[in-house]
Amino acid sequence: MDVTERAVLEVYRYLPDQESEPRLQNYEITYRDDWVVLDALNHIKAEIDPTLSFRWSCRMGVCGSCGMMVNGEPKLTCETFVRDYTTETITIEPLAHFPVVRDLVINMEDFMEKLPTVSPWLIPDEDKPLEEGEYLQTPAQVAQYQQFSMCINCMLCYSACPVYGLDSAFTGPAALALAERYNLDSRDNGSKERANVVTAHEGIWECTYVGECTEVCPKGVDPAGAIQMLKLSSARDWAMSPLSLVMPRGGRS
Amino acid sequence: MTPEINRPLPRSWWLRKPAYFKFMIREMTSVAVLAYSLLIIWALWAAADAQSFSTFYDFLRSPLSIGLHAVVFGLAFYHTITWIALTPKVMVEWRGDERVDPDLIAWNIWLVFVLVTVIVLVLVLA
Amino acid sequence: METFQHDVLIIGGGGAGLRAAIAVARDHPDFSVGVISKVYPMRSHTVSAEGGAAAVISPTDSLDDHAYDTISGSDWLADQDAVEVLVEHAPEELFQLEHWGCPWSREPDGHISVRPFGGMKLERTWYAADKTGFHLLHTLFQTSLKYDAITRYDEWFVTSLIVADDRCQGVTAIEIRTGEIHAIGAKSVVLCTGGAGRVYPFTTNGSIKTGDGMALAYRAGVALKDMEFVQYHPTGLPGTGILITEAARGEGGVMVNREGRRYLQDYDLGHPLDLGDPNHPQKRTMELGPRDRLSQAFIKEREAGRTFEGPDGDYVHLDIRHLGEATIDRKIPMVRELAVRYVGIDPVEEPIPVRTVVHYMMGGIDTDTNAVTSLPGLFAAGECACVSVNGANRLGSNSLTEILVFGARAAVAAVDHAGQVPPPANQLLENSARADEQQLLETLLRPNGGDETVSGIRTTLQETLEEGAGIFRDQTTLERTCSTIAELKARYQKLTLADTSRTFNTDLVAALELGAMLDVGEAIAHSALARTESRGSHQRTDHPERDDERFLFHSLAFRGEGDPTIGYKEVTITRWPPGERVYGRD
Repeated sequence: MDVTERAVLEVYRYLPDQESEPRLQNYEITYRDDWVVLDALNHIKAEIDPTLSFRWSCRMGVCGSCGMMVNGEPKLTCETFVRDYTTETITIEPLAHFPVVRDLVINMEDFMEKLPTVSPWLIPDEDKPLEEGEYLQTPAQVAQYQQFSMCINCMLCYSACPVYGLDSAFTGPAALALAERYNLDSRDNGSKERANVVTAHEGIWECTYVGECTEVCPKGVDPAGAIQMLKLSSARDWAMSPLSLVMPRGGRS
Repeated sequence: MTPEINRPLPRSWWLRKPAYFKFMIREMTSVAVLAYSLLIIWALWAAADAQSFSTFYDFLRSPLSIGLHAVVFGLAFYHTITWIALTPKVMVEWRGDERVDPDLIAWNIWLVFVLVTVIVLVLVLA
Repeated sequence: METFQHDVLIIGGGGAGLRAAIAVARDHPDFSVGVISKVYPMRSHTVSAEGGAAAVISPTDSLDDHAYDTISGSDWLADQDAVEVLVEHAPEELFQLEHWGCPWSREPDGHISVRPFGGMKLERTWYAADKTGFHLLHTLFQTSLKYDAITRYDEWFVTSLIVADDRCQGVTAIEIRTGEIHAIGAKSVVLCTGGAGRVYPFTTNGSIKTGDGMALAYRAGVALKDMEFVQYHPTGLPGTGILITEAARGEGGVMVNREGRRYLQDYDLGHPLDLGDPNHPQKRTMELGPRDRLSQAFIKEREAGRTFEGPDGDYVHLDIRHLGEATIDRKIPMVRELAVRYVGIDPVEEPIPVRTVVHYMMGGIDTDTNAVTSLPGLFAAGECACVSVNGANRLGSNSLTEILVFGARAAVAAVDHAGQVPPPANQLLENSARADEQQLLETLLRPNGGDETVSGIRTTLQETLEEGAGIFRDQTTLERTCSTIAELKARYQKLTLADTSRTFNTDLVAALELGAMLDVGEAIAHSALARTESRGSHQRTDHPERDDERFLFHSLAFRGEGDPTIGYKEVTITRWPPGERVYGRD
């Protein structure tokens, strides 16, 4: 395509080996109509400034690497088109609510440490030998948890969540949505095991349903919905606990 | 290891995005509800004798009270709007492997809300 | 200087690497296992695989049928004992993934659903909507979190293998966060580093697919096998190269040229059925033929002027409108999302523009059926390895199965070897790390001295490979590509970096990846030059026939002082004597 437009990208830079403070650096580029912000960043790195550091890989919205703040909103830069921005400059910053390692690269260890704490693996009802084949699961049963299984761990939700921004002890939307994904899986029987972390103060109860996590999620996971469902099921479990002797599986089929 | 930059949220974080601002208003509606409960408690206490109740009744009819009532009503109604919007998030209904449209559930609750409001109004005003 | 030690060290955190790690941790909990990856594991390129994973579960299917389809699909270059291992262990691996929670798509009665795929006689491709790789990877990653015995080194880039006493004893690696070089000792090292699509300019592959592990093995004296066989997927989006899964054709999608003709019928791939015919799509026919033949047909159509012209090159149409919105949203929803987002087409209303795009490396590190390489202590599995199950052309949905089967087998072999050797000496590790650091300081990290840039050398490499080692090749262009790559390697020696800092230096990582890409590129070009026949995805216009007498052999590329030397190795034939590849005439 021959038609190109001009844009100015104002990019957050932090070079800890040379400078003690971060700054903004402007790059003037021409871009093609079908460029995403990631294309613009790669152009800058290849043609203008090889020192710019950022994460990316698949460029098709499935690996979760390329999350950044674009004009103050958390976005996957591989799914965000330059042509949709009409401001004089487009500001690119590292994902909010995470410490900055360098340029657009954040430290995501907090998330990586939180993920295992919700026991995000199948804890089966009954052990079944492989020779007996699959656990049966109807399409309706798959649908129950499918939406919550679509998380690509891009952490845009953590960047949008003011609770996490104010208190990084909050387990957070993606981790809690993943817990619900397994809780709702008909093959799983692990909700009790997950309850310790899920129903802790820093778990679902710190969520005040701002709902921005769901708004920014690029994969339609609806973590806010997952958390509210966990609040309901946890409250119900707590209320019914004296009955647990009579109804051992909480009345679930 | 080189130092990392922390970017803490400022106290004014809730002014940054319309969504955050609306969230704060929604949370503040609880203050309005609390304030109104205090008014109800005053009403109960005032019902003890004619003198107290007369004072209370005069207050109710004052412009200040009408103004406060309007504000509280607006906030309570906003709370209702957000509450009904939230309910389908936890009332997840399925027809086979298709999910019932959450908007449909919300509209049904609105219908019930309107019906109940009409009935109460009829009873009170009749 | 910190050094680390494990019994088994796995390089690469994708499907093969995580499967291997879980195998060690679960079945040998007393073994310590490390997983090094230059990206967080959920970013590994397994995540982008879409269509499905093949395994026999239908009562009318058989292991022999799966094996035959794979072997004929490979144009008889696959080692038949390896294929027998693949098809035999495929079902149990996919059931294992299901037991670990993988959300496979289901039949109404709750059993696993299978769909048709290219080159397969019967439906045997298990799928999770059209995000099979994503669900597979996340299931494996989340399952791996159960095991404390697995230590992960996330965002560490391996710079070299530590070889001493004629065996592999670990690796040196850069911790990308700090730029520090560390040595990690191991009794067994398993390479699961994936393919190298990024050596070509237009590819479905993500940025990380640069052949790092292939280069590591190559530099340690291990042969790279069958490197000339590069798979072009027939349906990538123009401009970006983003993959539109074969499952779109498995569900009945058709390919038409600018005249509206289903052109594959002109390329010995059978006759088209009516779209309403209950037998459409017919297996191993037309759009469900093997990928190499479909990609070659596209090039021929382009030469004949029957493709559409677009701003990003020529394309044809992939039409799935007749499937209907309900089927599209249920079975191939991501196809619709990708088309809408990246080319502005809703495939419910309009056909999708598609063209050939580099997708997969059939070739790789030479291993046997146990993932063992010629270097004791070094193992390899997944796309970076060549067992070979895919031969000259891979069938779609065999790769996700392969990474599981051979990832698990590599773990077994690695554990076995680790039980027989002593741990590496600390002095060896320290010396290796120090030497690596020294080397970096004297080469890439020396103060800026020249005009060479990473992107400049890289772009030229990609262009020359596309020109000389594309879908159709000949001696002249291949020789030119070989000499261009030799020049690029010389230029690479003079490369200095614009960024010599230590903290998260992605210019450095890109430069190291480029070094690997040059090694991989040279192996591809020289192997292709030496193979004077046409077979599968390697098509020589100057040698258009298959020549079993001279070339029913694997090529082996060994790194040399200048050019690589190319040797040959027998193909293992068990029960399927070489025959003609027939599609559309069954």
